[in-house]
Amino acid sequence: MSQATARPGGPPRVVLVDDHGLFRSGVRAELGTRVEVIGEAEDVAPAVEMIRRLLPDVVLLDVHLPGGGGHAVITEVKQEHPEIKFLALSASDAPEDVIAVIRAGARGYVTKTISTDDLADAIRRVADGDAVFSHRLAGFVLDAFASAPSPDDVKPSFDPELDQLTTREREVLRLIAQGYTYKEIARDLFISGKTVESHVSSVLRKLQLSSRHQLTRWAAERRLT
Amino acid sequence: MHDVTPDNGQWNGHWHGPPPWHRQAGPQDDVPGWVHHTRRWRNRGDGEPLRRDPDDRLAGGIAAGLAAWRGFNPTTVRIVLAVAALISQGWAVPFYVLGWLLIPVKGEQTSIASKAKHDAGGVALALALASLLAVFLFLAGALNDSAIEQYGWAQVFTVAGLTLIWRNAPDDERAGMRRLVQPLESLTGSGKATRRATRLRFVGAAVLLAVGLGVLLSLHGGIYLLKPLGGFLLVAAALVLLLGPWWLRIARDLVIERQARARAEERADIAAHMHDSVLQTLALVQRRAEDPQAVVQLARAQERELRSWLFEGRAPGEADASSFAEGVRQIQRDVEARHGVPVEIVTVGDCPLDEHVAALLAATREATVNAAKWSGAAVISVFAEVEADKVSVAVRDRGKGFDPATVPGDRKGVAESIRGRMSRHGGEATVQSAPGEGTKVTLTMPRTARPEPTGRASSSAADGTRR
Repeated sequence: MSQATARPGGPPRVVLVDDHGLFRSGVRAELGTRVEVIGEAEDVAPAVEMIRRLLPDVVLLDVHLPGGGGHAVITEVKQEHPEIKFLALSASDAPEDVIAVIRAGARGYVTKTISTDDLADAIRRVADGDAVFSHRLAGFVLDAFASAPSPDDVKPSFDPELDQLTTREREVLRLIAQGYTYKEIARDLFISGKTVESHVSSVLRKLQLSSRHQLTRWAAERRLT
Repeated sequence: MHDVTPDNGQWNGHWHGPPPWHRQAGPQDDVPGWVHHTRRWRNRGDGEPLRRDPDDRLAGGIAAGLAAWRGFNPTTVRIVLAVAALISQGWAVPFYVLGWLLIPVKGEQTSIASKAKHDAGGVALALALASLLAVFLFLAGALNDSAIEQYGWAQVFTVAGLTLIWRNAPDDERAGMRRLVQPLESLTGSGKATRRATRLRFVGAAVLLAVGLGVLLSLHGGIYLLKPLGGFLLVAAALVLLLGPWWLRIARDLVIERQARARAEERADIAAHMHDSVLQTLALVQRRAEDPQAVVQLARAQERELRSWLFEGRAPGEADASSFAEGVRQIQRDVEARHGVPVEIVTVGDCPLDEHVAALLAATREATVNAAKWSGAAVISVFAEVEADKVSVAVRDRGKGFDPATVPGDRKGVAESIRGRMSRHGGEATVQSAPGEGTKVTLTMPRTARPEPTGRASSSAADGTRR
């Protein structure tokens, strides 16, 4: 994509999608020069239109939008422009919302209480193609994959690898859930930072592709209890 | 209302007890002649108008009201009313209901009827239910079951009257009515003892069916029954065709009305919650605007409360921990409130509390409070995970840390008490810390063996490598 090649080197080009104008202007002001905010939208349809036009590196996307939720934006755009990365942002922490945007294709999820530094860092990381897990998302994933899938829970045609986390992935997630940075995790587990990244990306892939019905059911149950 | 209001002639013909009401509580000159007549034999002439007695009532409080009015024993009045109901072939019952509608409760000036007059939906519903019963009685009568017919027709009015009362009575009277029908409710499956109730219902239905069929067959002699039955079925179909849409519409209106009421209640609930929590907090925030730390703390506490209310359905102030995860959340609330340090928690899975898990919670609390008091960290992170074979907790801060070899006595004491508590229950605790690197307390408690089909054992190795 010719327009989207302002990187590497320069700050990532970002479109903000959130239905609260105050929040958008706040984020824009706080991020300052660390990222280049090239557009703002407050609803699904205008957001899709704008993203198609501007082709940003990263879309910072609120999970809750009036016209169908953040995952609708991702589904609309993802097919034509798989290179655009989405980072979901939410105040809700409701598991089923989080799981929905991740499964739609978001590269990460952070809560709105995140510090500006961490947010800028997360945007940059997502722009580089890495996955970003907040400590809460890590907790969700551990919870969702906690039990071994029962045979009738998984469609047999799928790769069974996708339905289980490896021991190492689980360790990484546990440390993320405890608030460790990737660097600290690498040091703690005696692995390289790149390896931590690849574990997280692999977990993200499993989260998106796993055929476990349990994931959805788990999210729904969590809402009720 | 006009359909259930008999004229005085009809009334005298069927009533054998003392007159149950006079309509107005107004001046005594307006009252009909029979009231003056009856005054001769009442022995408590305090001139009080007749009122239903809300304190001593079985149904509407009419018997008690009459008794108080005339100075009788309430039980005597009740027996008289019951006998009257029997010998009047049930006609006393609608009059009782009518009295219930027209006589105000003691201490009130308005009767239920005056409210019911304006309840168009209620009147329609009363008519619908009454017509349903009338159709049923017509069919039953046609099938020659005279007993049902004899006692039933009066109850058409009873049904209509009770419907109006139910919809327009004040809440305390409705509660009384609900208590009366509670035994019935458990039969329809909405109560608690549903299994037994269902069985009872089936047995009841079977008995009724057998008796009914027996009666039908013995009366008409076998197959000949079917001929008149066919005719009546046609009549029934005609009536249903005629009245059915109307019944349906009324039922639908009723449902819509109930939904609207539920929505209104929900809105009131949300408004009350917003007032109790959010508005109060906003007021506090304004007052303490010059103290950023306090404001952050208030906002945080409010955020968490709102979140747990919105997404976990927990009302504010609802504290009692019934599960491990809830216990961890409670620790978070307490420590944040008492020590003013934010606590980030992530819980994975959950389990019920037993004494071992409770001990783990107590150790978690100590470790968290410890970190809040000593570490100087801006935030404490608590990670709790329930697995099939164990429950583990990691309490971590990025505070100043310490050298475990040279700890001051008091901190060592706390560490020891955490360790001791854990080991007494078969668990273990490790404390990792270094000056400037923060502290991490890891607590692990094995779970008592209980059958769990979805167990996994893969993560025990993971913990081994980390320590």
